[in-house]
Amino acid sequence: MSAATAAVIRAARLQRGEGRRLVLSIALAFGTVVAATGLLTTSGYLISRAAQRPDILELTAAITAAQAFGLARAPLRYAERLVSHDLALRILARLRAGFYAVLAPLGPGSLGEHRRGELLSRFVADVDALQDLYLRALAPPCVAALVIVSAGVAAWTALPLAALVIAGSLAVAAVAVPLVTGALAGAAGRRQAPARAALATELVEALDGGVELAVAGRGPERVQRLRALSGRLTWVARRDAVAGAAATTLSSLLTGGAVVLVLLVGIPAVHSGALAGVLLAAIVFLVMGAFEGLQPLPAAARTLRGCAQAAERLEELGSLQPAIVDPPAPVPLPATGSLALHAVAFSYDRAAPLLDSMSFEFEPGCRVAVTGPSGAGKTTLARLLVRFLDPVRGAVTLGRVDLRELAADDVRGAVVLIAQDAHVFASSIRQNLLLARHGATEEELWAALQAVQLDGFVRALPDGLDTLAGEDGKLLSGGQRQRLTIARALVSDARWLVLDEPTAHLDVDTATELMRAVDAAAGDRGLIVISHRPEGLEDFDRLALAPA
Amino acid sequence: MSDRVDRRLAHESVAARPHFAAAVVLGVASAAIVVAQAALLAHIISAAAIRHAGLSALGGSLVALAAVLAARALLQGGFELSGRLAATRVMAVLRDRLARHLLLERPGLRPAERTGELAAAAVQGVDSLESYFAGYLPAIVLATAVPVAVLAWIVPIDWVCALILAITVPILIAFMIIIGLGAQSRTRSRWQALSLLSSHFLDVVRGLETLRAHRRERAQAQTLARVGERYREETMSTLRLAFMSSLVLELCAMVGTALVAATIGVQLTGGHLTLDAGLTVLLLAPELYSPLRQVGQQFHASADGLAAAARLLEVLGEPGTVPSPSAPRPAGDPRVSPISLESVSHAYPGRPREVLSDVSLTIAPGELVAITGRSGAGKSTLAALLLRLADPVAGRIRCGEIDLRDVDPAAWRERIAWVPQRATLFAGSIAENIALAQPGAAPARIARAAASAGLSEIVAALPDGLETVIGEGGRQLSAGQGQRVALARAFLSDAPLVVLDEPTANLDADTAAVIAGAIERLARGRTTVLITHDLRLAARAGRIVELRDGRIVSNLAACVGAPLAVAA
Ligand SMILES: Nc1ncnc2c1ncn2[C@@H]1O[C@H](COP(=O)(O)OP(=O)(O)OP(=O)(O)O)[C@@H](O)[C@H]1O
Ligand SMILES: Nc1ncnc2c1ncn2[C@@H]1O[C@H](COP(=O)(O)OP(=O)(O)OP(=O)(O)O)[C@@H](O)[C@H]1O
Ligand SMILES: [Mg+2]
Ligand SMILES: [Mg+2]
Repeated sequence: MSAATAAVIRAARLQRGEGRRLVLSIALAFGTVVAATGLLTTSGYLISRAAQRPDILELTAAITAAQAFGLARAPLRYAERLVSHDLALRILARLRAGFYAVLAPLGPGSLGEHRRGELLSRFVADVDALQDLYLRALAPPCVAALVIVSAGVAAWTALPLAALVIAGSLAVAAVAVPLVTGALAGAAGRRQAPARAALATELVEALDGGVELAVAGRGPERVQRLRALSGRLTWVARRDAVAGAAATTLSSLLTGGAVVLVLLVGIPAVHSGALAGVLLAAIVFLVMGAFEGLQPLPAAARTLRGCAQAAERLEELGSLQPAIVDPPAPVPLPATGSLALHAVAFSYDRAAPLLDSMSFEFEPGCRVAVTGPSGAGKTTLARLLVRFLDPVRGAVTLGRVDLRELAADDVRGAVVLIAQDAHVFASSIRQNLLLARHGATEEELWAALQAVQLDGFVRALPDGLDTLAGEDGKLLSGGQRQRLTIARALVSDARWLVLDEPTAHLDVDTATELMRAVDAAAGDRGLIVISHRPEGLEDFDRLALAPA
Repeated sequence: MSDRVDRRLAHESVAARPHFAAAVVLGVASAAIVVAQAALLAHIISAAAIRHAGLSALGGSLVALAAVLAARALLQGGFELSGRLAATRVMAVLRDRLARHLLLERPGLRPAERTGELAAAAVQGVDSLESYFAGYLPAIVLATAVPVAVLAWIVPIDWVCALILAITVPILIAFMIIIGLGAQSRTRSRWQALSLLSSHFLDVVRGLETLRAHRRERAQAQTLARVGERYREETMSTLRLAFMSSLVLELCAMVGTALVAATIGVQLTGGHLTLDAGLTVLLLAPELYSPLRQVGQQFHASADGLAAAARLLEVLGEPGTVPSPSAPRPAGDPRVSPISLESVSHAYPGRPREVLSDVSLTIAPGELVAITGRSGAGKSTLAALLLRLADPVAGRIRCGEIDLRDVDPAAWRERIAWVPQRATLFAGSIAENIALAQPGAAPARIARAAASAGLSEIVAALPDGLETVIGEGGRQLSAGQGQRVALARAFLSDAPLVVLDEPTANLDADTAAVIAGAIERLARGRTTVLITHDLRLAARAGRIVELRDGRIVSNLAACVGAPLAVAA
């Protein structure tokens, strides 16, 4: 728990700067309780007093107070809810941005075990949970403390003994109820977020591979797995329900107990004259109102635990190190020069060296075909060229400067990689192209589409460039999807275009024509094509990789 | 709209009926207890305040009060518990229905459905339904029972107060409905904003490396921030309305209470009412409004869940891409019966051009047919129709005499081994991935299938061999290696019909040649449809069918090189 506490404290600090809003929301929440309790108390007094049939003038002060409390309550609550929710949403926005900022530099390698569904669950659920930290976990105890003190003070003016009873029972309730419910909820609080993440992960995979699972007849089994995971969430919800119901019962019991206690103290006091009879109702109502102010406490305890969890999980993600980091003072990008490998060695794990002492110079405007059997390390080489990876030994240089001394963004501005499995986003064809260069004109997009022979297809679509590509490009054919990613290279203004298997899904004719067109469109830019197919690459220089 | 969701949710919640029944019983009992508590408390206070009665005189009443308070506490707990347990039941049922629907009844998402959105709806959305089942519905029970009990008690005491209360209640309800209706559409768009955020996030995470290659990974932060900001605005505008409605409700309740208090005050000063009675009425007035205010609050709290539920119900209402026949016929056996496409045409929604036009083709049992054609010609679509992932818009496909439409899709697919163009590697070991369609396959068979797919060397080089975990979160394979894992699935299978979509797309010529031999061996004794642009691979087929723009332009016996038959 101490690690979690520390995480919560760090998370709370993260949310600093909203202090004013927080204080305001606490003040408003307290004001709401005061107004509600005040209304109850003064009207209790009023009625008791009225029963003595006094002169109406004697009642005006109390009537005014009751009216003021009554009128203030609803607007106070309204203001409190607006302020506090606005605060929570602001924090939420900041947390989301922070979460993505952590994620953005992490490569698939650095993400380790974290799967997309799980990340989604963190992004939605954990971040959501943390937005409640102030509002639902830290504010209620503050309000409760204020309520206990002020109820005690108010009661003290009427009957000190009653004040002790009231403040004491409130304090007991404030501590005991959250403790008991916490114990009852037990592991449930800790398991909710992981259970949600597990369900989301499984669901994302099953939905993405749904068709293949169905054809393989594995649908029923996946449904079973999902049911089991959903069952875990149900278990958590049950535990939580029991704990919540226990909290309700317990705080209700304690309220009742306090009412009876106050009566036990108050009745003899009235009898003995220590307490004015008209104040008895007021004191009893005061107890009832003050306990209302404690109502959010058990939930606050649960929220706090949830927040601690969420904070820990988010921090764990934040502690992952990106494989590639920019140098503290990047060298400006050289305007000329080659892209070169100098005795580069690379391996993913030490046991199996992949590339060894490899040297090659990609001159400006070069035409190079990289070949080699599957698994030889062609894609790995491409990743080295855009600094998705750093060599274990040797160096990749651009204009004689080691890529490690340049800003990664500058490198990727000069060398663009179209990966073998480049992603197609669910947005429109246009958006997918503009990814490569935001300012590209309509003509440039069409020219790129023409080079990859997609112009006719896109023109024939009712929505043209604004046709949606579907999730991961599933509304396109395999070859169309691939050609769309190749078109991105032509849209970009990089000096070297690295294409990883651009024609894998194309027939011979299309592949040949596409390579010719890309060659022409590339002009004086360097073109590095990784391919296991000879079509259209006859005039290219060769860089052959040996089997690993 | 909301009624429909309400009603359909009620339909989904059959399993939780007993819990709801318990909630109703406990709610009614609570109402009685509320009245008893007020009456006892008023009695004790007035006796002590006016008659200065001591503890001894009030002992009995105090004990009774303590008992009532304890009973109320227990009832409240029980009430909450039953509501929340009901909610967990319904939530589990909904999730299960969704999983069954999306995985069994209609595998594959529709174009408008996004994985991220559905995952968020199924996890967070369903969770937020708890407020509806555990908050809103129980609040309605109380809002019905408590006012009735309270009014019934007050009428004999003071009919003027009862009248005031009775008049304000419908006004309150009317306000609630008016404001609630306004809030609903907003909540929906708020849910849509969250859905968009979720889908977008998932898409961005999947394409992180592509974004990085184009230096757009940081720009996405802005997009996410923008969508997030939209979410905040939607939420705040929903909330403003929701809080406004609470404000109105509270003010109404206040006015009602104030009127009652004033009436009591007047009656008390006039001596027409005892303090006991006055206090009772005063205590009961807020108790009458409280459940009504709760309904309003819970309505807004459960709005998110309802919006998610509306979306889920919409998804559940989407029919399958292919209907299951009500009286399915047994699937034809491709081992003995030919598969024939008869004037098959197909088009995708939103795309005006036909993808396949009038395609007629007969594939004999045991035949190896290669399908070639330019990118976008309709080859993969043809495979999808064969797998009955979609039904042709015109024409029909038969195996023997049996139309595929008359067969249960799952039964038909059991006879097919399919390797799609971009196969998915699932999180799990290589062996599990190979055994996708045969989870129980013997390790030796899996190893043989891996060997046929040219994986032996790779697997041997891995420290954990076939048990190496691949897929998301596992070890990354090269594209060609991944493709061979997917291909090994076909080699493991003994299905009579094999459909391979570009099995060698990512392979170099030497590896492809080895695989081609293996495919040829695999095809012996089964019907095989081989979609490929690799002419050397196609040459191994008995027949090469070429598609162009959705039409068959040639249908040739490969080795002979002479046209056998050209379909119109
Ligand atoms: N992230 C990774 N971690 C560990 N090993 C990896 C990783 N990525 C690739 N490998 C391994 O490194 C080797 C080279 O992979 P690479 O993707 O560079 O091959 P390739 O030449 O592009 O092959 P293909 O033609 O099949 O695409 C393969 O054996 C592969 O399994
Ligand atoms: N789900 C879909 N929704 C809309 N259009 C689609 C969908 N799937 C494919 N298409 C379109 O149908 C046409 C044929 O696609 P199909 O995937 O059958 O081509 P293919 O012959 O397999 O091409 P490739 O060789 O590129 O894989 C293409 O123009 C494609 O854009
Ligand atoms: Mg590769
Ligand atoms: Mg295809």
